[in-house]
Amino acid sequence: MTKEERLKKRHSAEKRFRFYGLASIFVALLFVLILVHNIFSKGSSAFKKTAINVEVFFDQELLEIKNGATEDQILEADFYDITIESLLKVFPAQDLDQENQLIDLFTTDAEIEIKRAFLENNNLIGKKINLEITASDDIDQLHKGNYPRDLPEDRRRISDFQLIIYDNLVENKKIIKNFNNYFFKNGDSRDPELAGIGGALVGSFYSIIICLLLAFPVAVLASIYLEEFAPKNKITDFIEININNLAAVPSIVYGLLALQILLATIQLPRSTPLVAGITLALMTLPRIIIPCRASLKAVPPSIREGALAVGASKFQSVFHHVVPLALPGTLSGTIIGLAQALGETAPLILIGMVAFVVDIPSTPIDPSSSLPVQVYLWSESAERGFVEKTSATIMMLLSFLIVMNFLAVYLRQKFEKRWN
Amino acid sequence: MNFVLIFLITIFSLSLFFYGRSKTKSISIEKNIKLNALPKFYGYYLVLWCSIPSLVFLLIWTLFEPAIIKSIIIETAANQGAIFNDKNEANLIYEKIKAIYAGTYFGDIDTILKESALSYAKFINLFTNSKIVLIFGIVIASVIYSLKKIKNNNKARDDVEVILKGLLFASSLIAILTTLGIIFSLLFESIKFFSVINIFDYLFGTNWSPQRAFVSDASAITAAEYDELKDAFGFIPLIAGTSFIAFIAMLVAVPIGLFSGIYMAEYASVKVRRISKPIIEILAGIPTVVYGFFAALTVGPFFRQIGENLGLTVSSESALAAGLIMGIMIIPYVSSLSDDVINSVPQSLRDGSYAVGATKSETIKKVVIPAALPGIIGSVLLAVSRAIGETMIVVMAAGLAANLTINPLESTTTITTQIVMILVGDQEFDSPKTQSAFALGLTLFIATLVLNYIAQRAVKKYREKYD
Repeated sequence: MTKEERLKKRHSAEKRFRFYGLASIFVALLFVLILVHNIFSKGSSAFKKTAINVEVFFDQELLEIKNGATEDQILEADFYDITIESLLKVFPAQDLDQENQLIDLFTTDAEIEIKRAFLENNNLIGKKINLEITASDDIDQLHKGNYPRDLPEDRRRISDFQLIIYDNLVENKKIIKNFNNYFFKNGDSRDPELAGIGGALVGSFYSIIICLLLAFPVAVLASIYLEEFAPKNKITDFIEININNLAAVPSIVYGLLALQILLATIQLPRSTPLVAGITLALMTLPRIIIPCRASLKAVPPSIREGALAVGASKFQSVFHHVVPLALPGTLSGTIIGLAQALGETAPLILIGMVAFVVDIPSTPIDPSSSLPVQVYLWSESAERGFVEKTSATIMMLLSFLIVMNFLAVYLRQKFEKRWN
Repeated sequence: MNFVLIFLITIFSLSLFFYGRSKTKSISIEKNIKLNALPKFYGYYLVLWCSIPSLVFLLIWTLFEPAIIKSIIIETAANQGAIFNDKNEANLIYEKIKAIYAGTYFGDIDTILKESALSYAKFINLFTNSKIVLIFGIVIASVIYSLKKIKNNNKARDDVEVILKGLLFASSLIAILTTLGIIFSLLFESIKFFSVINIFDYLFGTNWSPQRAFVSDASAITAAEYDELKDAFGFIPLIAGTSFIAFIAMLVAVPIGLFSGIYMAEYASVKVRRISKPIIEILAGIPTVVYGFFAALTVGPFFRQIGENLGLTVSSESALAAGLIMGIMIIPYVSSLSDDVINSVPQSLRDGSYAVGATKSETIKKVVIPAALPGIIGSVLLAVSRAIGETMIVVMAAGLAANLTINPLESTTTITTQIVMILVGDQEFDSPKTQSAFALGLTLFIATLVLNYIAQRAVKKYREKYD
C-alpha cells in the first residue's frame, strides 16, 4: 500500500466515522418525528365527534308534562318514548330487529341529550326541532374513516342494514361533525363516544398541586440547608448520598412505598389524588433538590461575603441575597420535576388509580384517575374508538409537558443572572 | 375540622406577631433599655413558637388517627359478635360502619352494625375533642413560654435563626426518612414472604406463576403444598426476561447514544448542537406510558406483520418491540452523559494526538474514548439501571407469562411487569402472592442501587482524574 492509498483510506474512515455520528443523531430525531406524527395522526380526529341530525317532536301525550314545567318535573319526566320515536323516524325500518339496529346507530345517551335540549328551552312541547344527536362509536369511527367497511358482514360490528342507513344519511347531509365537548367534560365511560378526560384532568391537577405544595418548600429548604448551612460531616455526606440514590430509584418502588405506608399503615383513602400527590412529592423531591442546589451553588461567594461584610447574619445573607438570586433556577428545576411527575404512571397504578371512575372528582380525597393512567387504561380497551381517545389524551399530556418545559426555559433565560 | 384549626392557629400566630412587635417596642421605651434584636424578630419568635409545635402535633395526629380508630372499632365490633374471617371482611364491615355514620348506607342495619356505628360516633367525638383540647394546650404552653422569653429581652434574632435552622435540617432529613420508608416497607413484607418461601428457592427457582399460588392458611403449609408454592415463585425467568429486554434496549441505545454523544461533543457546530441536543432530550421527557402505547399499538403489530410476511411467528408482545422502544427512550441518557464526559477530556490530549498526525476520528477512537472510558461505562450503567426499573413500556408491550427464552420474537416478562400485575386490582392481604411483589421490589431496589453506586463511583473517579 502506498502512502497515498493509506492516507485515502484513513480519510474515508474519517468520513465514515463522522457519518455514523450524524446518522445516529438523525435516527434519534427521526424517531421523535415518527412518534409525534403517529400520535397526532391517530389522535387529532378525537377532538371532533360525529352527530346525526334528528328531528325531535316533543309530543305532550308521550312526555306527560306541560310547557313551563319546572326543572324537577322535566328531570323526572320520561323522555324514552319520544327518543325512540324520533330516532326511528330517521330511516324506515321493517321489523323489530331493524329498529334495534337503527337505534344502535346512536349513543346510549341519546335520551339524555334530548332531555338536556328540552331543559335549555322548556317551551318546546308540541314543537318540532332539529337536534344533533351524538352517533354511536361504530358510526363515529366509520365516518372518520378508521373502520374498514369492506370486511364481510359477520366480521364487522356494523351490519349491512346500518351501512345502508349510514350512506343514506351521508347523502342527505344528516351526518355532521361537531366539537367533541364530551372529551373534555366527561369522566371515563365504557362507551368510547361518551368517554372523556374530564375526571383525569381534574385528578392530575389535584395531584400535581399537592405534589407542588409538598415538594417545593421542602426541596428548597433542604437545598438551602445542604448548600449554605450544613457542616461538612458524616451526616451531611449521608444525606447527600441518599438524595442522589433516591433520584435513581425506579418509580415503581415509590408505588410500593405508598402502598405500604400511606395506604396500609396510615390508611389514607385509595385511588385518590391526595395519595397520588404525596407519592409524587416523595418521588420528585430529590429530583428538585438536585437542580435547586446547583442554582444555589451558581451564586458567587462574593454576594454572601458582601452581605456578611455589612453586618448581615448568615441567615440574612442567605435569605435576603442568595435565595432571591437563585430563585429562577430553583423554579425552573421545580417545573421540570413537576413535568416528570405529571407523566408518571407506574406508582399511581399501584395506589389504585386504575379504578374505573365515572364521576369527576370534586375534592382531592375523591377517587379519581390521572392523565397518564387514563392513557394506560384506554390502551387496554378493545374498542376501536379508544385508540383515538388514547392518542388525543397523549396529545393533551404532551402539550402540558411542552408548556411546562417552555416555562422553565423561559424563566431561566429571562431572569437568571450570568456571573461571568 | 383540621382546616378550622389550621386557620385559627394561623390567625392567632399572625396577631401574636403584631403583639410581640409592639409589646417589645413599648417595653424598650418604658424601661429605656436597648433591645437585643429588632422588634420584628420578637414577633417572628412568637409566631414560630405558636405555630410549629401545634402544627406538627396536628399533622402527626391526623396521620395516625384513622388507623387507630379503625383498629379500635374493628375490635369493638368483634367483641359485639361481628364475624369476619380475614382483613378484607373486617375492612368491609368498617366501611359499612363509616357509611352508617355518614348517613350514606342504605343496606340492612343489624344490631351489631348499629352498636358499632354508635361507638364509632363516640370515638370520633372523643378523638376530635381531645385533639382540640391538646392543641389548645400546646399553643397556650408554647405561647406562655415564648412570651416569658421576650419579656426578658432574649436575643430574638439568634433564637429565630436557631429554630429556622432546625426547620431546614428537618427538611433535609425527609430524604433519609423516604429511604428508610422504602427499605422498611419493602423489607417488612419481604420478610413475611421469605418466611414462607425459602430465599434460595426464590432466587434459583425456574418457574414463575404466582396466580397458581393459593394458600388457605399461611401458618401451616404442608410439604406437598410447599413444593407447589416453591414452583410458583422462581425468580430466574423474571431476571432473565428483565436482562434480556434491557440487553436489547442497550443494543439500540448504546451505539446510537454514544455516536450522537461523540458527534455532538467533537464534530457538531455550536448551532447544530444547540438545536439537536434539546430535541434528543425530548426523548427522555416523553412519559413512558406514551412509549408503551406506541410499542403496544404500533411497533408490536408492525413487527408481527413483518414476521408474517417472512413466515416467522412473532408474538405481538415480543421482547424485541419492548426492548427497541425502551432503547430509544434511553438514547438521551447515554448521549447526554457521554457528551458531558467527552467534553471534560482535556484538550491537551487531543492536541497531542493531532500533533503526531492523527485524524480527528483516530484521535477520538484511540485517545478520547479510552480516556473517557470509565465515564462512558458509568453512563451506560446508569442507563441499564434505568432500563431494568422501567415499568410502563414493559407492562404495556411485553408479555405477562414468564417464559425462559432467548428468542426476541417471543414474549417474556419482567420484574416490574409482575409487580404491577400482582398489585393491580383486588389484593388478598397476607398472601404470599401479594408479598412476592414486595420481594420483587426489594430485589429491584437492591439491583438498581448497586448499579447506580458503581456507576456514580466510576464517573466520580473519572472526574477526579482530570480535575
